[in-house]
Amino acid sequence: MSMNREGRPTRPEAGEGAAPATWTGNRALMLEEPLIFEMDEAQGCGVDFEDLGSPAEAGAHSDLAAGPRPSPGSSLAGLERDRPIGLPGLSEPQTVRHYTRLSRQNYAIDLGLFPLGSCTMKHNPRLCEKMARLPGFADIHPLQPGDTVQGAFELIARLAGWLVKLTGMHSVAMSPKAGAHGELCGLLAIRAALEARGDAREVVLVPESAHGTNPATAAFVGYRVESIPADARGRVDLAALKARLGPDVAAVMITNPNTCGLFEPDMIAISEAVHSAGGLVYCDGANFNAIVGRVRPGDLGIDAMHINLHKTFSTPHGGGGPGAGPVVFSEALTPFAPLPFVEKQGDHYVLVEEETAGEHHGQSFGRMVAFHGQMGMFSRALAYILSHGADGLRAVSGDAVLNANYVLRQLEDVLDAPFGASGPCMHEALFSDKGFAEGLSTLDLAKGLIDEGFHPMTMYFPLVVHGAMLIEPTETESKAALDQFIGAVRSVAERARAGDESLKAAPRFAPRRRLDETLAARKPVLAWKDPPQAQAAE
Amino acid sequence: MRYLPLADSDRSEMLRAVGADSIDALFIDVPEGARLDGRIEGLADHASEMAVERELSALARRNLVAGDVPFFLGCGAYRHHIPASVDHLIQRGEFLTSYTPYQPEIAQGTLQALYEFQTQVARLFACDVANASMYDGSTACWEAIGMARRITRRGKAILSSGLHPHYVSVARTMARFTGDELVAALPSLEAEPDTAALLDSIDRETSCVVVQYPDILGRIGDLSELAERAHAAGALLVAVVTEPVALGLIKAPGEMGADIVVGEGQSIGVGLNFGGPYVGLFATRDKYVRQMPGRLAGETVDAEGQRGFVLTLSTREQHIRREKATSNICTNSGLCALAFSIHMTLLGEKGLRRMASLSHEKAVAASERLSRLPGVELVNDAFFNEFTLRLPKEARPVVRAMADRKLLGGVSLGRLYPGAEALANGLVVAVTETNTREDIEALASGLEEALA
Repeated sequence: MSMNREGRPTRPEAGEGAAPATWTGNRALMLEEPLIFEMDEAQGCGVDFEDLGSPAEAGAHSDLAAGPRPSPGSSLAGLERDRPIGLPGLSEPQTVRHYTRLSRQNYAIDLGLFPLGSCTMKHNPRLCEKMARLPGFADIHPLQPGDTVQGAFELIARLAGWLVKLTGMHSVAMSPKAGAHGELCGLLAIRAALEARGDAREVVLVPESAHGTNPATAAFVGYRVESIPADARGRVDLAALKARLGPDVAAVMITNPNTCGLFEPDMIAISEAVHSAGGLVYCDGANFNAIVGRVRPGDLGIDAMHINLHKTFSTPHGGGGPGAGPVVFSEALTPFAPLPFVEKQGDHYVLVEEETAGEHHGQSFGRMVAFHGQMGMFSRALAYILSHGADGLRAVSGDAVLNANYVLRQLEDVLDAPFGASGPCMHEALFSDKGFAEGLSTLDLAKGLIDEGFHPMTMYFPLVVHGAMLIEPTETESKAALDQFIGAVRSVAERARAGDESLKAAPRFAPRRRLDETLAARKPVLAWKDPPQAQAAE
Repeated sequence: MRYLPLADSDRSEMLRAVGADSIDALFIDVPEGARLDGRIEGLADHASEMAVERELSALARRNLVAGDVPFFLGCGAYRHHIPASVDHLIQRGEFLTSYTPYQPEIAQGTLQALYEFQTQVARLFACDVANASMYDGSTACWEAIGMARRITRRGKAILSSGLHPHYVSVARTMARFTGDELVAALPSLEAEPDTAALLDSIDRETSCVVVQYPDILGRIGDLSELAERAHAAGALLVAVVTEPVALGLIKAPGEMGADIVVGEGQSIGVGLNFGGPYVGLFATRDKYVRQMPGRLAGETVDAEGQRGFVLTLSTREQHIRREKATSNICTNSGLCALAFSIHMTLLGEKGLRRMASLSHEKAVAASERLSRLPGVELVNDAFFNEFTLRLPKEARPVVRAMADRKLLGGVSLGRLYPGAEALANGLVVAVTETNTREDIEALASGLEEALA
């Protein structure tokens, strides 16, 4: 045995047998953490406050009532709470530990490649975080007088200007709060435009491969949704689309590049066909990262498109938002865009609201959110655009597409690539589970990847491919990271092809094994309920 | 370019591997005429952190920062103190740079935090269940109206005149397309909320009554009778809370019979952010959970029987149900929900009550001080931390005049209800625990000067 001078062993010795269960349930750095509601000690508070103090403390100038302090509750109309709320409280050190422990049970871009197709999980620049937290952006109120927030208005206007320029469109609505909210914005403008010309139409056409938000949004706005098929190359079937167009079709919602990771080469023809049938073209811009700086949707005949700032312009995904979904509009739809918006008048920026929309924006479909949008995302996105600049943005789409093609070509011999033969892909590569041994599926490969230390790709989407696996590596991955990922996928895919049943038990090394989603849905437990008090006597 | 790890040698090697001559050649499907070969007009090349920071800091400096001046704005966004640890924790990369927990085995951190958030919100509102967040209060409010339509199969929603006018506008925009009928009115500068008028307008076609608590003028009133009458007519009561801190001190809408309680969670943990991102709160009774919009985290077990959490009841959602979903919402406001939850954990029952009591106490002191000014009259009988003053002249120019003196003294009703003459002299003042005695004095003297 090797020892140092204090007699401490310095070399590991071979232990025996399987890892025993620990007393705590912890496994070294993997720490189990109870709910805050289960902590006996959660009766505390991690915040100190200051009260109004006495007038003397405030100095002689104070003219506040010198008499007894107003008694809280005197102006509460008898509505004082008379029951406890049931909110646990922790001191700051306990709180920091609770959430730090929870955080360590999450996978994240900061830990590794996160190839979730159609989500654009790329590195989030920390400069953007710093800029968003400047008090001049973070600590201003949306209803402050316009003269006191000229810098904020200018930031919004500048970002709006770049979004319009990058997309070659005519205008942009900044207020939508996320991609699906942007879709809503686009369809409301389309519906308002059609109604304004006295041409109520009922149907919105959506490709089978579309994100679920597309048909949900169209239905939300009152349209009937019909789907249009994909052709054998994974593109919109132009002939089928043309055959369906007619006076009842309000709009077509197209994702371009589409969710098979392919650019729609007939996009211009699609737009022309829709326009000549009197309809409008909505583009789901979720995949704009593939073409930023290289293709302008405005040149493809598109009338409205949302831009997920949390994808292309890398505002953090935050475990499910917040996002931002500005919508760019063609000239035809611009008059119907929502309120409010920022406008430069002379050397002054103003917020155009209901009051001031007047004649030059009287056809707006109205307001879709309180206040005026996701300022915290705007400051990040502008910092991102300025950091990358013209050359950087072009390199973003170029490298994103190169990385995806590299993944496609390095994996197509072990994974079926249904559209691999139809040329290069864009920013994401699509595979299917064809060729897996009986009983093993996409889900098993995904869970196997978790044990390899990767977040799985998007699974079972798009719906047009059986057992779909959609891999979007993004441009912020190095070749070494891609090679390691490719190696991992190859290894797991080969096990799936060979019928390695042990994949069914994956993941083994994650904080949890496979979770029972059926049980969760059958017997929903959606909030913690305190257990009944233990009986005093046995 | 500091964000792009590929070296030119990598690019060449990878292009060889994919069999392409150049990166441009990968864009072969793009019609030639639509390819941008030139530069993006007017956009400079990539810039250093230093250069970008200079440019954005210059813009930030041109705004009057709330924390630098006496500050009394509310009307749907409130400035409470946020402990430093909140912002530190939400910047942990494992929270900041993760996504919707589609793979629960490696997202237990987010899922457990959401489950805790849901429980905190449900308890605060005195409801059975809350979802994992909406975009903000205004969109949550509209979603509640839509949910009431689905539950009651009726299309007429009665909106209180005390509902935030932006929330009313959002509902109007949507109702125009969904065919819902909205009954709405302007508020009047009276001491009491409009409960009596609402009671009169409930009928057998009503899907829901939507009432803000505290309302846009800061008034509070008991919701119990509204709930009873709504239920008797087969309608639901939707309560909207734009200042959840209030519920540390006053009864929760759920206790008074509200069926759906929605709110803006910004005032806990999130901050002002010039209007966004914020976080929509949405809670209801167990029996309506399948009509709820948005994501839900739920408890389950893993293959070894260990407790864990997953997203659940997703058959309500767009990615499964497509055009039959209860909402089109996908990305919500996860990180803001986390900030809310962390701040709420730091506060706990004691801290929330203390923060609420201090806000109320300071607001009472401010209302007494301000209503002693000549010609100034307090409208409210009851309020939590926000009250309305009737000024002897139009409030909007008064607010601007105070701002010129570096005093953010409130929100004029003229800003919120342009053209409504009966409201033009109204000034809504919000007070929180962050305000000091000096702030209140500065407001009193600033307002007096501006009125002179």
